[in-house]
Amino acid sequence: MAKKRLVLVGNGMAGVKTIEEILKIHKDCFEITVIGEEPYPNYNRILLSKVLQGDTTVKDITLNDWNWYKENNIRLFVNEKVIQVDPNAKVITTHIGTAISYDELIIATGSKPFILPIPGKDKEGVTTFRDIKDTETMVKASKNYRKAAVIGGGLLGLEAARGLLNLGMEVTVVHLGSSLMDRQLDVTAATLLKEELEVQGMRFLLEKNTTEIIGHERVECIRFSDGDFLECDLVVMAVGINPNVELANQAGLTINRGIIVNDYLQTNIPNIYAVGECAEHKGIAYGLVAPLFEQAKVLASAVCGSLASPYQGSVVSTQLKVSGVEVFSAGDFIEGGEKKALRIYDEQDGLYKKMVFKGKKIVGAVLFGDSREGTRLFSLIKKNTDVSDTVKVSLLQPLGGEAGESVVASMESDEIICGCNGVSKGSIVQAIHEQGCATVDAIKSCTSASRSCGGCKSSISELLEITLGEDFDPASHKETLCGCTDHSRDEVIEAIRTKHLMHTREVMHVLEWKTSDGCSKCRPALNYYLGMIHPTEYEDENESRYVNERLHANIQKDGSFGVVPRMYGGVTSSAQLRKIADVADKYNAKLLKVTGGQRIDIFGIEKEDLPKVWEELDMPSGYAYGKTLRTVKTCVGETFCRFGTQDSLSLGIALEKRLERVGSPHKFKMAVSACPRNCAESGIKDFGVVGVEGGFEMYVGGNGGTHLRAADLLGKVKTAEEVIDYASAYFQYYRETGVYLERTSKWLERMGLENIKIVIENPEQRKELNERLNLAVTVQEDPWKKIINNDKLKNELFESVTIQH
Amino acid sequence: MKKIAERIKVVKVDEISKEFGKAIEIGDVKIALFRLKSGNFHAIENRCPHKGGVLVEGLVSGEHVFCPMHDWKIDITSGKVEEPDHGCVKTFEIEVEGDDVYIVLS
Ligand code: SRM
Ligand SMILES: Cc1cc2nc3c(=O)[nH]c(=O)nc-3n(C[C@H](O)[C@H](O)[C@H](O)COP(=O)(O)OP(=O)(O)OC[C@H]3O[C@@H](n4cnc5c(N)ncnc54)[C@H](O)[C@@H]3O)c2cc1C
Ligand code: SF4
Ligand code: FES
Repeated sequence: MAKKRLVLVGNGMAGVKTIEEILKIHKDCFEITVIGEEPYPNYNRILLSKVLQGDTTVKDITLNDWNWYKENNIRLFVNEKVIQVDPNAKVITTHIGTAISYDELIIATGSKPFILPIPGKDKEGVTTFRDIKDTETMVKASKNYRKAAVIGGGLLGLEAARGLLNLGMEVTVVHLGSSLMDRQLDVTAATLLKEELEVQGMRFLLEKNTTEIIGHERVECIRFSDGDFLECDLVVMAVGINPNVELANQAGLTINRGIIVNDYLQTNIPNIYAVGECAEHKGIAYGLVAPLFEQAKVLASAVCGSLASPYQGSVVSTQLKVSGVEVFSAGDFIEGGEKKALRIYDEQDGLYKKMVFKGKKIVGAVLFGDSREGTRLFSLIKKNTDVSDTVKVSLLQPLGGEAGESVVASMESDEIICGCNGVSKGSIVQAIHEQGCATVDAIKSCTSASRSCGGCKSSISELLEITLGEDFDPASHKETLCGCTDHSRDEVIEAIRTKHLMHTREVMHVLEWKTSDGCSKCRPALNYYLGMIHPTEYEDENESRYVNERLHANIQKDGSFGVVPRMYGGVTSSAQLRKIADVADKYNAKLLKVTGGQRIDIFGIEKEDLPKVWEELDMPSGYAYGKTLRTVKTCVGETFCRFGTQDSLSLGIALEKRLERVGSPHKFKMAVSACPRNCAESGIKDFGVVGVEGGFEMYVGGNGGTHLRAADLLGKVKTAEEVIDYASAYFQYYRETGVYLERTSKWLERMGLENIKIVIENPEQRKELNERLNLAVTVQEDPWKKIINNDKLKNELFESVTIQH
Repeated sequence: MKKIAERIKVVKVDEISKEFGKAIEIGDVKIALFRLKSGNFHAIENRCPHKGGVLVEGLVSGEHVFCPMHDWKIDITSGKVEEPDHGCVKTFEIEVEGDDVYIVLS
């Protein structure tokens, strides 16, 4: 018998999920064809927010890669839009004329962002936030423009706004209502949310009705109904979505807001189904993935002709994906009439919890500041649990307390643990029993749970613990060095020390690495740990270093290099500048630039010329490429400045000379300012010093990079010598306990400032740390000098071969 | 353009240490020649299919090289990009005779 032909229009989250479910039921029942308008295989739309916020990349959000389609014999057409369905002939046609016959047709065309019908909506610089293309538009705009307006203060708008802030734009959120996320939050939670986001740098214009977008080619400002203006060069419209029913309309399907479907996702025309955001079930078109995945399951059974339990609608919960803000909302969260609320509000710590009851049942909840109980409450709401026997307030944990009885344990087997991928407790338990999954990662690859936003990882871990009982190995949940090994950083260090391992291969061999030669993550890490533990005996492995650290220069995108000589404390001389100028001319530097670290970068040097450039510069390497001390920024200080209280220049130079060249887990940046005006920005450095009358304040754990963090006060000392003593001990302590590629800002939070203080403030330990650092210093030599004087190295590393042809 | 295969002597064996590469330019053709840990030589196009990164500067692990720009992992022996990324680079045939390493251009 010929296979039935199944055609899916819309290569998105709900549609492809349905196919996955169908394949689970009948692997070979259908000849499947998928047509998608976007040029990508199915990706995780939800994570576009994270892409925009810089937490992940487009390439990491693919859900089903090209191979998946191939392996499952699915014909995939991308970049094609289906424009016609002929239900009589059972044929669909795409905009470039591809015609495909079907026996069963699934429409999963998603939604279209709503675009305000106002003048100027088509101007350059106006975008929505729906797909990869939109995301790329915003990222690109952020490179050339500064001011963004996000219209819409809902979930999507706020996530977009946070992303644009991360991209360095000034962001104003314009909202028609008087409180943010009004579809998910009550006024109290919304007010707290607004305050928190304002602290993060977001601006708000509430109760503003945008009436016009103004500009020549590109948007220059937007106008509101009250006559006010807001200047902006990027406008993101996040004012809602509409089910995409364009095709359904043409096909003659019954439509209200979305395509009307019954409890089996069938439309009014036989053999045509609709699923996802384009579908409307009992008056509701859902806009979140969890309900869509529930629909996908029902539809898969229906299409396969197996006995399906009908789809009965979904209760939804939402969480805002903005780092540093915990917001949760579920069910019917506004009280009034029969619905009574219980509220707890800790004004001091900005925590807010509310449950809404209707008779004996809890029907809704809102959490702000701490959303750990979200899953638990959501489960009670979904299960329609009778809570009349429970003291209501005990449904909540004490503020800031630990979660008590396991929510996971009390869940029914068909309840969903991973909302994003619609994976139930039952399927996870099954994977544990039948496929031997014993780690969160194994479960992720078997069932897709935690593959998207990752919010359910702790529940999965808990479920593993409950299910495996004694066999549960908490160690398998530790952070391993990389995918090549099951060992953590601490175990590796321990093995190197106790077994006296001396070579990266030896470590991999003794600790039974899963790959024979490691990867670009573990090799540099092992090389660092070995050098840190055996400073004088270990022979550094150049082949395990990243190119910049192997060639002692910064590789550029065109394969040329940047050269940054040391300028201790940012102080230079006319002689140095002359040398730099001469070298730049002679070797055709493409750019000379003052860096953010108070020195000069010579860009665009060819690899072959590097040794000559270094020789002619005759300056030490600035290690602008190294996991080591980078720069010590200084302010001019008491030598010249009318406010200066200390000699910041000398101290900066002395610190730089003391700590340079010695490798550390990640780069290490310092600064010395001579008064609290802090012109050297000591508050965002790994170690920053602020001179004050009669002494120095030392700040640690600051970071001015991806995750901005203000430094914490380590302590105050009287003399410059003490600063050097403390800084050296601190640096060495970081060297010994840091995880490779962990900046001090993360390290400090992991270790705890108080714990670090106990070590550094202890004179005995400070002395020992200094001594161990001294040992590491003795073996350092300037890498540029070393190469200049070694013809073999020069030839091997820097010469290329050119053959005329 | 010559049509017949042609052998070009490019380096001496000991001019490249194990797990390192060397950039070779023959006319317009840019090649990354690697000496693997096994001692075998392999050559691929010196241009990453992602955004044109110079592969010869990548970290070599077993039969793979990690592109120095964004860490794509490429099989040096087949030229294939590893999952989850996609693409491939050209490979070149290598012959080693005594101390000399040859690239065969066809
Ligand atoms: C040259 C310079 C920019 C400039 O033109 O001024 C620069 C250039 C690069 N930075 Fe930076 N950073 C430069 C100052 C900074 C600063 C400002 C500062 O040091 O005062 C910061 C923020 C401060 C901080 O680190 O706390 C900074 C935060 C970063 C980060 C994010 C680090 C983080 O912990 O979040 C990276 C990425 C990384 O290291 O993983 C990075 C990575 C890079 C790399 C090395 C990217 C790379 O891996 O290739 C850039 C090399 C460009 C090139 O083509 O050579 N650069 N970078 C600055 C060199 C300073 C110097 O003299 O050594
Ligand atoms: C930035 C962002 C963040 C989000 N965050 C969350 C979240 O945290 N939690 C949550 O639950 N949900 C979230 N969502 C919503 C979630 O992504 C959607 O609910 C889900 O993707 C809908 O799935 P779908 O298959 O119905 O539609 P889509 O995923 O949009 O798929 C529809 C596909 O069909 C294609 N298509 C349309 N018409 C045609 C045609 N005629 N021919 C061919 N192809 C066509 C479209 O190009 C599209 O690729 C978020 C959405 C966005 C944009
Ligand atoms: S120099 Fe720094 S901030 Fe600028 S693009 Fe490179 S990494 Fe980003
Ligand atoms: S250019 Fe090679 S990984 Fe991006």
